Amino acid sequence: MLTKRLIACFDVINGMVTKANQFQNNIDIEDVTSVARKVYDMQIDEIIFYDILASAEKRKIDIKMVEKVAAEVFVPFTVGGGIKDAADMFEVLKAGAEKISVDSMAVRNPMIISEGAREFGSQCIVLSMQVKKVGKSDKIPSGYEIAIDGARVFTGMDAIEWAKRGESLGAGEIVVNSIDNDGTHQGYDIDITDMICQNVGIPVIASGGAGKLEHLYEVFTETGASAGIISSMLYSPKIARNYTVREIKEYLSGRGVHVRQYI
Amino acid sequence: MIGIIDYKAGNSHSVLNACNKLNINCRLISKADEFSDITKIILPGVGSAKATMDSLKELDIIDILEECVLKRGIPFMGICVGLQILFEHSEEGDAKCLGWLKGKVVKFDKSKVRVPQIGWNKLDWKKDSVLTDNLDKENAYLYFVNSYHAVPENQEDILAVSFYGQEFTAMISHDNIYASQCHIEKSGPVGLRILNNFAAL
Repeated sequence: MLTKRLIACFDVINGMVTKANQFQNNIDIEDVTSVARKVYDMQIDEIIFYDILASAEKRKIDIKMVEKVAAEVFVPFTVGGGIKDAADMFEVLKAGAEKISVDSMAVRNPMIISEGAREFGSQCIVLSMQVKKVGKSDKIPSGYEIAIDGARVFTGMDAIEWAKRGESLGAGEIVVNSIDNDGTHQGYDIDITDMICQNVGIPVIASGGAGKLEHLYEVFTETGASAGIISSMLYSPKIARNYTVREIKEYLSGRGVHVRQYI
Repeated sequence: MIGIIDYKAGNSHSVLNACNKLNINCRLISKADEFSDITKIILPGVGSAKATMDSLKELDIIDILEECVLKRGIPFMGICVGLQILFEHSEEGDAKCLGWLKGKVVKFDKSKVRVPQIGWNKLDWKKDSVLTDNLDKENAYLYFVNSYHAVPENQEDILAVSFYGQEFTAMISHDNIYASQCHIEKSGPVGLRILNNFAAL
C-alpha cells in the first residue's frame, strides 16, 4: 500500500535556506546542501526547494546548487522558482532533480504545464498553488483565490478551477499552499485541501501551517492528501519545538496512518 | 565497469550519482562503440515507453544491447521505464518494446487510484535473489513514480510485487536480466543496497 509522504520544503535565497512567515521576514538559516543532507539522514521521504527570488529577479535557478544536492541526497527532490520553459526544466532535471514545480509562471503561461508534461512526462510537473480564503462569490465559487508572485498579486482565479485546469493540462501533482496558514503553525487548511483532493485525480500535497503532530494526522485522515509539507516542524527556530522525522512517523504509524517505516 | 545508458529522456545522472556514492566503477555510455569494456549495464528511465524506445533507436544501440544482454549474458538492470520496455508492448503511446520478456505494460485504473502513483510503497518478495542480500525485506519501502505497470506472462519472472489499488509488478529477475519499477537510485539506503548488490554480482 502506498504510504503517506512527509516532505521537507525549503525556501532558498542565494544558496541559503530561509523560513518565511506568511511570505515575509525571511530568516537565513543554513547552507542548502547541508540542510538537505541533514533531512536525508533523518529519513525524510522527499524534498522541495523553492528558489524564491529567481522569479522576481528574472534569473535562472542556481543549477550548481541542484547538482550539489543531487550528489548527496538519494530521495526524490523537486525544484521550483524562475522556470519559464521546457529548456529551463531540462537543465534542472539533468542536474538531478526528479520534478519541477511551477507556480506564478504557470498562471501567466499555462502552456508551460502541457509543454513540460509532453517533453518529460506528467510525473515531472508539480503545479504549486498559493490559495487565499476570500469568501464565496460568483467569480470565486470555492471561496479560495489563487495568488502569485510570493502571494502579493491576486489573480481573480478560483482555486478549484485552476487545480482542475492544471490536471487537464498535464500536471502530475498539485501542492496546495494556504497563504493564510503558512507560517502560523496552526494546522493545514483542511477545507481547501479536501476540496481539491475531491476535484482532481492526481496526488495532492498539503502545505502551509503544520506545527504539531496532530496537524499531520488531521490532514491525512480528513482529506485525501498524499503528502504533507513539514518545514517549520523540522527546523524553524520560531516554533515551540522541533520534531524529528522519526518522531512524526512513529506518531502517525501508531495512530494507523501508513507511512514508510523509519529504519 | 558498469555502463549507464545515457539518453535524452533518462535520468542517467541520478543513477551515476548513486553509483558514485557507493564507489561503484561506472560511466555513462550512449554509443555502440562505448560498450567494449562494459561488464554490466543499467538502463535508467523516466518518461514514456515510446520516448525511451525512440531514444534507443535514435542512438542505434538496441543491437549492441541485445548482443550484450541476450547473447553474452551480461547482467542488466532496467529502472522504471527501463523495466517496462523489456516487455513486448506498452499501452503508453501504443509502443512496441524490446520483447526480451513475455508480457505487456498497462495503465493503472484511474477510477480506483490517483494516477500517477507517486511515493513510497512496500515490496512483497516472491522469490530469493542476490539483489536482496543484507536487506531487511520486511521493511523494504521503495520510491515509485508510475502510471503504467508491467504484466509479465511468466510468473517466475516476478521478483517482487507491490499494491496500488491492485497488485502490480515491482521487480523482475530473469537469468541475467533484473529490473525495478521503483527508482532504486532515489529510494534511500534500501535502494542503494539493491544497487550495490547488483554491482557486486
